[in-house]
Amino acid sequence: MHPFDYIQPGSVAEAVGLMRDTADARFLAGGMTLIPVMKQRLAAPSLLIDLARLAELRAISAKGGTLTIGALARHAAVAESPVVQARIPALASLAAGIGDAQVRNRGTIGGSLANNDPVADYPAAMLALGARIRTDRRCIDADAFFTGMFATALEPDEMIIQVEVPVPEAAAYQKFEQPASHYAVAGVMVAKAADGVRVAVTGAGSGVFRMPAMEAALADDFTPAAITGIAVPADGLNADLHASAEYRAHLVTVLAGRAVAAAMGRS
Amino acid sequence: MIAIALTVNGKPVAAEVEPRRLLVDFLRDELGLTGTHIGCDTSQCGACVVHMDGVSVKSCSLLAVQADGSQVTTIEGLASDGDLHPMQAAFREHHGLQCGFCTPGMVMSAIDLAARVPEPSPADVREWLSGNFCRCTGYHNIVQAVMAGARAMSTDG
Ligand SMILES: Cc1cc2nc3c(=O)[nH]c(=O)nc-3n(C[C@H](O)[C@H](O)[C@H](O)COP(=O)(O)OP(=O)(O)OC[C@H]3O[C@@H](n4cnc5c(N)ncnc54)[C@H](O)[C@@H]3O)c2cc1C
Ligand code: FES
Ligand code: FES
Repeated sequence: MHPFDYIQPGSVAEAVGLMRDTADARFLAGGMTLIPVMKQRLAAPSLLIDLARLAELRAISAKGGTLTIGALARHAAVAESPVVQARIPALASLAAGIGDAQVRNRGTIGGSLANNDPVADYPAAMLALGARIRTDRRCIDADAFFTGMFATALEPDEMIIQVEVPVPEAAAYQKFEQPASHYAVAGVMVAKAADGVRVAVTGAGSGVFRMPAMEAALADDFTPAAITGIAVPADGLNADLHASAEYRAHLVTVLAGRAVAAAMGRS
Repeated sequence: MIAIALTVNGKPVAAEVEPRRLLVDFLRDELGLTGTHIGCDTSQCGACVVHMDGVSVKSCSLLAVQADGSQVTTIEGLASDGDLHPMQAAFREHHGLQCGFCTPGMVMSAIDLAARVPEPSPADVREWLSGNFCRCTGYHNIVQAVMAGARAMSTDG
């Protein structure tokens, strides 16, 4: 790693101020992405602004039809939270399936969303559930938040504070994981709410995306049979040593069907 | 350099470290606690697992400055008065190791599982240890050892 300075600010305002005033600074949350990337010298920030002291950003709560998860909530905390398990069990089990136990003990939802790895799990959940990402300065709909591979709508000095997730009638996530890293070769989150059905896909493309044809079919008939005939074009999907684009396209339809079946079991 | 103060295996430690100092290097090179191993150095293998404030973490993916103010336990901190920790004893009893390189990380990770799930099933153990690689044993005896160790920990109270 290249040398850098390190600071643990005591407030969100201080952290954002440091970020604004320092060239090449980065926020540090769980460090499960940023530290390995720095060790590989793919990133060389001048200053790490460690958010560890902002304990209020670890809170998880529910009010009315909204589940609120602080940016610094760790994957293990989301997985084990009775509040998440009661309101959106699919989100608790998604968190329980991220990486391995030690990654879940450190990694945070805010770090995962800010990083927007095209094979990460949380982006699919946020998009399918129609979550809002609240930052230090505004609220961004999931539909506008994820803008491409490792890219988000966040401004360079903007910090995620929490996510606000509408509780659906039913939801489920299915992932076909790469067995060494547990990242998604393909993953599909399906959510059924009063205002319609949303289907979000991770792992398969250059970033998370929705499947409008499946959403329309499921709005009429929320069963796996409604979408088994909906083929996903392989054009533009990821192809690597783990899977071809055609295989990923096939997986998306299979996983979407399984997610609908699982969601029906939960509704 | 940044001043840090933490507790390692029950003893207070104060030091000045560079921000880029990894926790695993701090433990091994500055405190001489070489029981914590470095296998992959890329957050995959689990040879470097220690406990920080009671939960298992990969010390190759943490900075020493992030451990400031925390309680760190390494494999050296488990035995008391020459008596092996029940999880260590179970690894010996069930031949849960061959070369032993992965063992410190396995044991530290397994204790975290046992704290959450007092009677883990073989599937629970395999799932939990998915971030701990062993190149010798084929895992079978590790799974037996962790189940026995978890049982022993819950009967020990
Ligand atoms: C072995 C391994 C396996 C993994 N497997 C999976 C998997 O199966 N599925 C999966 O989804 N992920 C997986 N991950 C990634 C893991 O979930 C990371 O925790 C996550 O991507 C990043 O979260 P973090 O808190 O560690 O962020 P950090 O690494 O601390 O930060 C990541 C980026 O986000 C920025 N950031 C952090 N917090 C904020 C904030 N509040 N506001 C704005 N920017 C912020 C940082 O500046 C940095 O650029 C894996 C990681 C490892 C090491
Ligand atoms: S050395 Fe830390 S996970 Fe391999
Ligand atoms: S005993 Fe040799 S690597 Fe596990």
